[in-house]
Amino acid sequence: MADVDKKMLTQFLLRMGDNTLILGHRVSEWCGHAPVLEEDIALANTALDLIGQTQFWLGYAAEIMGDSKTADDVAFLRDVWDFRNLLLLELPNGDFGQTLMRQFLFDAYQSILLPRLMKSSDQHIAEIAEKSSKEVAYHVERSAETVVGLGDGTEESHARMQAALDRLWPYVGEMFSSDEVDAAMAAAGIAPDPATLREEYDALIGKVLAEATLSIPDSDFTHKGGRNGATHTEHLGHLLTQMQWLQRAYPGVTW
Amino acid sequence: MSKEWPLWEIFIRGQHGLSHRHVGSLHAPNAEMAIKNARDVYTRRNEGVSIWVVEANNISASSPSEKGPLYEPSESKIYRHPTFFDIPDEVGHM
Repeated sequence: MADVDKKMLTQFLLRMGDNTLILGHRVSEWCGHAPVLEEDIALANTALDLIGQTQFWLGYAAEIMGDSKTADDVAFLRDVWDFRNLLLLELPNGDFGQTLMRQFLFDAYQSILLPRLMKSSDQHIAEIAEKSSKEVAYHVERSAETVVGLGDGTEESHARMQAALDRLWPYVGEMFSSDEVDAAMAAAGIAPDPATLREEYDALIGKVLAEATLSIPDSDFTHKGGRNGATHTEHLGHLLTQMQWLQRAYPGVTW
Repeated sequence: MSKEWPLWEIFIRGQHGLSHRHVGSLHAPNAEMAIKNARDVYTRRNEGVSIWVVEANNISASSPSEKGPLYEPSESKIYRHPTFFDIPDEVGHM
């Protein structure tokens, strides 16, 4: 482990793991509901990939927290104010187009962040990033292609994708709003300051969204409060009541 | 134009050295998405190293109603099986 404040490192790991946990749960909500069978199973695969990545991130966080905590404890026994995921990822799914737009906006971010993390001074983080990056490379290819297909599709699909982008755009800036945790990670060579990823991100999504004939809203306004836990949306609590129900109703139950 | 995506037949090679085998079919808007869908539907349990997709209407098939004329004539031609040769012991397993 790199020489860094453990509380800061834990915060960083919670941000990584809560992102994949909350999005994984949201995507899993499509299981059995997607518009076609092929998309249904593809979304379920994506959700499972994300939950798998969560086990690594939160498992490492639990290890640092001590008290023989496990990834499950961290996922199922914290409350809303302890979560550190981006607000974007806790928003309700909306229609299929909005779900895929959110997926693309996040996949693009991960596809830029993870290769940087593969060079982390923390060996364990580098290994998690390496394993996750293969899954993310597929996710971003798939979500980008779907965004292009729907954006540059019929009049209705185009309108829905533009509406999805307009709705989600104010949540994109939070990915890059760095704070003292990011500064500590950057100083220790553990992770890049996310603000330094913006240019590459804008280039990537700009290319795909242009191909999708969609217009990026002309606004820098950004909702914040997820990755630092200051103010989550009202939606996260509702999500947790479902996700954590079993462990709350039957503490410690196993099968 | 039909609103349904076309049907694709999916062929997957399980290991290097084996041939592609038909595993099923699925719908997709184009060949690239058909490969992605095939990856997600048919290789979830590590089944493949290569995927072929063919749009179903590009496959010409024999008709089941013609199976008499097509296949029955060969039933009586047992001499087409190479079972009438004596294999010398020295050859071992062929």
